Amino acid sequence: MSKADAAAAILWVGATFYALFGGADFGGGFWDLIAGDAAKGERPRALIQRSLTPVWEANHVWLIFILVVLWTAFPPAFSAIFSTLYVPIALAALGIVLRGAGFAFRKLVVTLTGQRSFGAIFALSSVLTPFFMGAVVGAIASGNVPADGNGDAFSSWLEPLPLLIGAMFVATGAYLSAVFLVGDARRAGAADLERYFVRRALAAGGVAGLAAAAGLVELHAEARYVFDRLIDQGLPLVVLSVLCGIGLLAVLLRGGRRPLRPLAAGAVVAVIWGWGVAQFPYLLPTSLRIDQAAAPGPTLDIVFIVFAIAAVLVLPSLALLYALSQRDLLEH
Amino acid sequence: MIPFDPLPLAASASNLLAAREQMAFTLGFHIVLSCLGVALPATIMVANYIGLKRGDDAAMELARRWSKAMAVTFAVGAVTGTVLSFEFGLLWPQFMDRFGSVFGIAFAIEGIFFFIEAIFLAIYIYGWKRLSGWAHFWSGLPMVITGIGGAAAVVAANAWMNQPQGFTLNAAGEVIDTDPLEVLLNPAFGYEVPHMILAAYMVTGFLVASIYAVGMLKGRRDRLHRLGLLIPLTIACIATPIQLFVGDTAAREVADHQPAKFAAMECIQETGTHQTEYVGGICTNDGVKLAIPIPDLDSFLVGWSADTKVIGLNDIPADERPPANTLLHLSFDAMVGIGTALLGLGAWLAFVWWKRRDIPQTPWFLRAVAVSGAGAILALWCGWIVTEVGRQPWIVQGYMRTEEAVTEAGGIWFSFGLVLLLYAALGTTAILVLRGMSRRWREGQPEPEGTPYSPPEEAAP
Ligand code: HDD
Ligand code: HEM
Ligand code: HEM
Repeated sequence: MSKADAAAAILWVGATFYALFGGADFGGGFWDLIAGDAAKGERPRALIQRSLTPVWEANHVWLIFILVVLWTAFPPAFSAIFSTLYVPIALAALGIVLRGAGFAFRKLVVTLTGQRSFGAIFALSSVLTPFFMGAVVGAIASGNVPADGNGDAFSSWLEPLPLLIGAMFVATGAYLSAVFLVGDARRAGAADLERYFVRRALAAGGVAGLAAAAGLVELHAEARYVFDRLIDQGLPLVVLSVLCGIGLLAVLLRGGRRPLRPLAAGAVVAVIWGWGVAQFPYLLPTSLRIDQAAAPGPTLDIVFIVFAIAAVLVLPSLALLYALSQRDLLEH
Repeated sequence: MIPFDPLPLAASASNLLAAREQMAFTLGFHIVLSCLGVALPATIMVANYIGLKRGDDAAMELARRWSKAMAVTFAVGAVTGTVLSFEFGLLWPQFMDRFGSVFGIAFAIEGIFFFIEAIFLAIYIYGWKRLSGWAHFWSGLPMVITGIGGAAAVVAANAWMNQPQGFTLNAAGEVIDTDPLEVLLNPAFGYEVPHMILAAYMVTGFLVASIYAVGMLKGRRDRLHRLGLLIPLTIACIATPIQLFVGDTAAREVADHQPAKFAAMECIQETGTHQTEYVGGICTNDGVKLAIPIPDLDSFLVGWSADTKVIGLNDIPADERPPANTLLHLSFDAMVGIGTALLGLGAWLAFVWWKRRDIPQTPWFLRAVAVSGAGAILALWCGWIVTEVGRQPWIVQGYMRTEEAVTEAGGIWFSFGLVLLLYAALGTTAILVLRGMSRRWREGQPEPEGTPYSPPEEAAP
């Protein structure tokens, strides 16, 4: 594996963490949005808030990590993506601001109206943000970002595949979140909430699966390079993802307890790496290869060093944060 | 397709202005919050330490309140910082394309600091109830280090834009090799980084103290208020003299390495020795008007002798001169003036403390403290205007012009307008929420408990 490929792998590791943890946080906002009126939604919302409060900012940093690694290790790709897809990217940024502010302010205002308004802002932007991020990823996978950048601002992403991937991002986040919340409800001893989120996990899993299937059809039509590699080199990962999904379905339907989270995570991780394998060796299929976009060696070395330090310092700290949060040692 | 501007050329010129305004505005907004992120942890730690060590309930209460307030400012700081990261790509894609592999090095390192800061901040803020006293205290300490480290890393990136080094270009102007240590430890690192970190401590210290000064002026003179004034004010007053020393060094370094910036901020038209220092005034093509002139002082400050030669704008090619000289000149003077005034405030405090072991009791002292927070923020903004506007027309001094870096995308004025509205709402709400928290603390009301959309009876006004 070349240095450039290793840097790309680091980018994908960041994307994996962001999809799992950031994605689940967005999903929490989705369930908050459709939890119904103040009385009906109170308990699910409280559970969502409880699991999100101490961790959402740390989870958010994965996005920063992805951006920074992208612009440092692959500057031309960063520039091409941002100068082409600036519309969905700017909308995603808007969503990030509204979502973070809405969430932080909601728990600090006392009036019901205030809580409702900030809650609505938080929840709505939790759906829009992953949608636009998915559209960006879909547009890249479709090969709509030219290597020199400045591609068409609208037709590059207002196409079936990017929009489908956007929908898939929303559904996947909702699915992950529901599965995580099943565990949280169980720990809190709330059997009714557990059933509540099992039903929702099943529904979201179904929608995510459908979106993925439809995406595959569109991929066949719009992004032949990626499609061909996905069902060839990427096939084991696709199969793994489907198996994890089916396994989880079986566990949930039997009312089983484990292993819920690893299966849900496995299904998502396999898709992300499947996408990586399918794009290889391109960052922007089929106009910019990883090695063409890579920064000079010493800069990549810094990225490796930073990644190594992160593995030694950040991951254990994150684990500590999750452990404290899961044992209810942190307020919310 | 450029949807809003039919003429590509005009679009680019107008884009440049819009992009610069948007960048400056969003940075100016973020920098205030990031100062709190850098220096509030240390301030809280001091109060927490006093509280634990001496069993001081007032100090403990202050630490708890400040950490709850930090949860709000940190959240707003995190989202506005994210916007900045997006803006590098949205507004300056050509800059990132050409120099991302160099400029990014500092940001890659900063990522680690952000991560650790966000993690331990959460543990500290949400750990008050269930973690034991000292364990909780230690969980807060990493924030102090990561705040400083994070600021050092970001400012290293900015320092590199001012004094770039550590890379090799090929004939086409592409970066083909980098030397990360040279990039990070560029000549401007040595003064920009300490200057910024000290500024963060000054802004935070004076700002928090000014809130308690206002409370004391309203007659709330309990121990909580006195301690709430004294802890942050002491920190800020220790930082101030060091800051003036570093700033003075910075000015000399700028005169050496970025003579165009120095000439513009001092409004020096003609190269020569025995340069007059002008305090205030309006900068015109034939010298400063309406200013207080101090003969020879400028030369003296640059080289400790009136015979020091200082380069004037006449020696800078016309297309490489920074714009808006009066703005630069007055920003610089305001920064120095405010710094000196704050030094005076610190001297006042130190003198009375030395005499009477107490803070000065006159309302004038409290009034001065009450405006010191705003003053420090103003000095901070002025300093950044000097640094950034003074670097123009370069985005990377000597290597890339800002106009080459700007995006070709349309609609930047539109996005700037949107950003203005959004940030106005964000800033106002954050202040209202913080004031609401402070009112509830004063009235001894409980915090709103975890449940969003809580039961209707609580909703009644
Ligand atoms: C509380 C804030 C504050 C105070 C009181 C001062 N400064 Fe400052 N100054 C800043 C906050 C600041 C800053 C944080 O805004 C800047 C922008 C970039 C930097 O490194 O620090 C800055 C930049 C800056 C620069 C430009 C550096 C460059 O372009 O690279 C100079 C020459 C000075 N300062 C000089 C001074 C002097 C001579 C001061 C007082 C005697 C002074 N500063 C007080
Ligand atoms: C002198 C300048 C700056 C300083 C000292 C600084 C410092 C900080 C600090 C301490 C934080 C933690 C959050 C907080 O407490 O508010 C933060 C957040 C952030 N800053 Fe800045 N910053 C500066 C400029 C920038 C710039 C130019 C960028 C552009 C990329 C940036 C990007 C970010 C991001 C992405 C975050 C969010 C990280 C998170 O989620 O925790 N900052 N900054
Ligand atoms: C370390 C952090 C910073 C970085 C990396 C940074 C980077 C940049 C970039 C890329 C631009 C646009 C290109 C240009 O005009 O040269 C810019 C412009 C500007 N920035 Fe900074 N900046 C930083 C901190 C700040 C802060 C904290 C302020 C606060 C007020 C500020 C004020 C400005 C202004 C006023 C401009 C516009 C200058 C002009 O176009 O005349 N900068 N900065």
